[in-house]
Amino acid sequence: MNTANSEIAIRTERVARHYQMGSALVRAVDDVSLEICSGEFAALLGSSGSGKSTLLNLIAGLDRPTAGAIYAHGQNLAQMNSQLLAQHRSRTVGMVFQAFNLLPRMTLEENVELPLRLAEVDRGERAARVREAVQRVRLEARLTHHPTELSGGEQQRAALARALVNRPAILLADEPTGNLDTATGEAILDLLREINESMGMTILMVTHDRERAERFAHRILQMSDGKLIANGATHEVS
Amino acid sequence: MKFRDLTELAGRNLREAALRNSLTTLGIAVGVASLVAMLSLGVGLQELASKRLSRSGLFNAVFVASRVNLRNFQRRAATPPAAPPEMSRPLDEDARRQLAALVNVIEVYPEIRFPVDVRYAENSYPSIVASVPPSARASGAYDGMKGAFFSGTAADEAILQIEFAKELSQQPDSLIGKEIVFRYLERQDAPAGTSSANAAPAAPGAASSIPGVSPGSLPGMSVVPRQKSLRIVGIVETEPAVGFGGVGGGRVLIPLDVALSLHIAQANDLREILRGGFAKPGYASLTVRVKNPADVASVEAAIRQMGFAAFSLLDVTRGLRLVFAVFDLLLGLFGSLALAVASLGIVNTLVMAILERRREIGVLKALGAADRDVRRLFFAEAGAMGLLGGIFGVLLGWLIGRGLTFGANIYLHRQDLPSVQLASVPWWMVGGAIAFSVAVSLAAGIFPASRAARLNPVEALRYE
Repeated sequence: MNTANSEIAIRTERVARHYQMGSALVRAVDDVSLEICSGEFAALLGSSGSGKSTLLNLIAGLDRPTAGAIYAHGQNLAQMNSQLLAQHRSRTVGMVFQAFNLLPRMTLEENVELPLRLAEVDRGERAARVREAVQRVRLEARLTHHPTELSGGEQQRAALARALVNRPAILLADEPTGNLDTATGEAILDLLREINESMGMTILMVTHDRERAERFAHRILQMSDGKLIANGATHEVS
Repeated sequence: MKFRDLTELAGRNLREAALRNSLTTLGIAVGVASLVAMLSLGVGLQELASKRLSRSGLFNAVFVASRVNLRNFQRRAATPPAAPPEMSRPLDEDARRQLAALVNVIEVYPEIRFPVDVRYAENSYPSIVASVPPSARASGAYDGMKGAFFSGTAADEAILQIEFAKELSQQPDSLIGKEIVFRYLERQDAPAGTSSANAAPAAPGAASSIPGVSPGSLPGMSVVPRQKSLRIVGIVETEPAVGFGGVGGGRVLIPLDVALSLHIAQANDLREILRGGFAKPGYASLTVRVKNPADVASVEAAIRQMGFAAFSLLDVTRGLRLVFAVFDLLLGLFGSLALAVASLGIVNTLVMAILERRREIGVLKALGAADRDVRRLFFAEAGAMGLLGGIFGVLLGWLIGRGLTFGANIYLHRQDLPSVQLASVPWWMVGGAIAFSVAVSLAAGIFPASRAARLNPVEALRYE
């Protein structure tokens, strides 16, 4: 079920991110314009080095564009200072990484609670929010476990719970199944679809797996050499 | 991030690399300990000197004389004379009572010194007797004495100065308990009109009478040789400075009340006769002891207002404080060097932590941590190490001070000297050292914290 509505969650206008590497100018993202509606599940496809992760980082507010504008729910990220960008990362977007990036010395519960600490959410409210996020990814029984005691799939579900705990409007997933076997990867994608459908959360997922992207996403965006070469509904781009 | 969350995360990070952080904290503790040990020595020595000087009575005393007695007292006085010399008051018993009634005055006693001829074992020894007030017992000069202090304020007892005791006997210690006899000159007052009968007619060519004053019309005195037996109760090594500038120093020391009861003829008696003011016996000088050195200035001013010359060693005390302040400063600087070295340890530890936690910093930023949060987190870790290092350092410094005192006292005991408290760690030093340790640690954390805050999150997340 496509829960997307007409409100634009993410819009980029001629966004570019160039790097200087020695004497060469690397155009990691080059003149990319796109729109993703609120509640949409979009997959950003491309081969390694195509610029998809760079674009995701720009939308996450982890990096700044060399040119162009990025809007998240109407707010121009290019005009934000570092403090506002931190707020954007804390409140508007949640991120999931290929490498899970859980902090190894913390338990699952503490890892999930971490964004709430950073967002200065009251302690009284935190436990309920953590429980809600952990229940959504079905890891209630593993709350006191450390990441090293969890399987890869469980770690990614924990990372997903951490990304959801602040109830962001947009979920950005950078190759979330890249470190998982096929079955576990399928389970994570099922979970993402469930979140998208039940919560109406906008999801932008970077992947190089076209088959999965077509099965789970509403929209396919394809990049090559920093440029957006395809952008449309799954059935159109396929 | 809220303060509580910040401290929790910082504490967790510190526990994570427990060994390295403990060693860094130990480095800070050693630095603080060296600072505290140095300062505690400085403060301890200052307190020791102050206590000794205070007990000597020189720094909480005002020395009073009649203005005509000692001209140099007037030259030293900062204020102009309150009364002209002819109006100056005699330093008699009335004056002593008035001085004793002044605010913050503990006691007022005269300094009585007189020449005597000591008789012991059928030999004669010229010497000087000095009176000792009861309060002098608290003076450090009597701490290491052989024998005992006077048993009472009017006891017929004497304490000998060691050099004089050696003159009396080759084995000075054997003198304790023995009797000595000294011969002195007693003053016997002759009221006006009573001396004319005995006045011999002036010889031709001799000095003439005072114009307008008939012989015998002024009070006078007779000087009668007397002798007094005293039991030797103690022998003192140093010559106690019981009065201003060592004036009170004597070789035979007797209780003040005994000295007063002897009605000794003193030099100022002769001067008073000539001035025509010999109505009542007076004192050459009085020592006014105040509660503490801070009261000296006000009491000194009040005494000058009363028409007496007054002098104190307040200025000397100020100079002494300056010397100790510079001494403490130098000790503090040397002690701080170790802390400065320790602060480099903090920089090193935190820089290492940044390298190790690079990816974690990236994750924190991806989850919404602002640069400020990361900076504060590293500051909190540096501050926590400084706080713990400061607390342990103060404890260690205190122990070092105790150890030095212990060692010094072993040495002093072997030299037959009294124990001393060499090092002192007052509360202000405890608080100050911990605060200084935290401040130095925070300063050391500025560079690593800023570096961590500036980390590019994308690069940090890529870091393996």
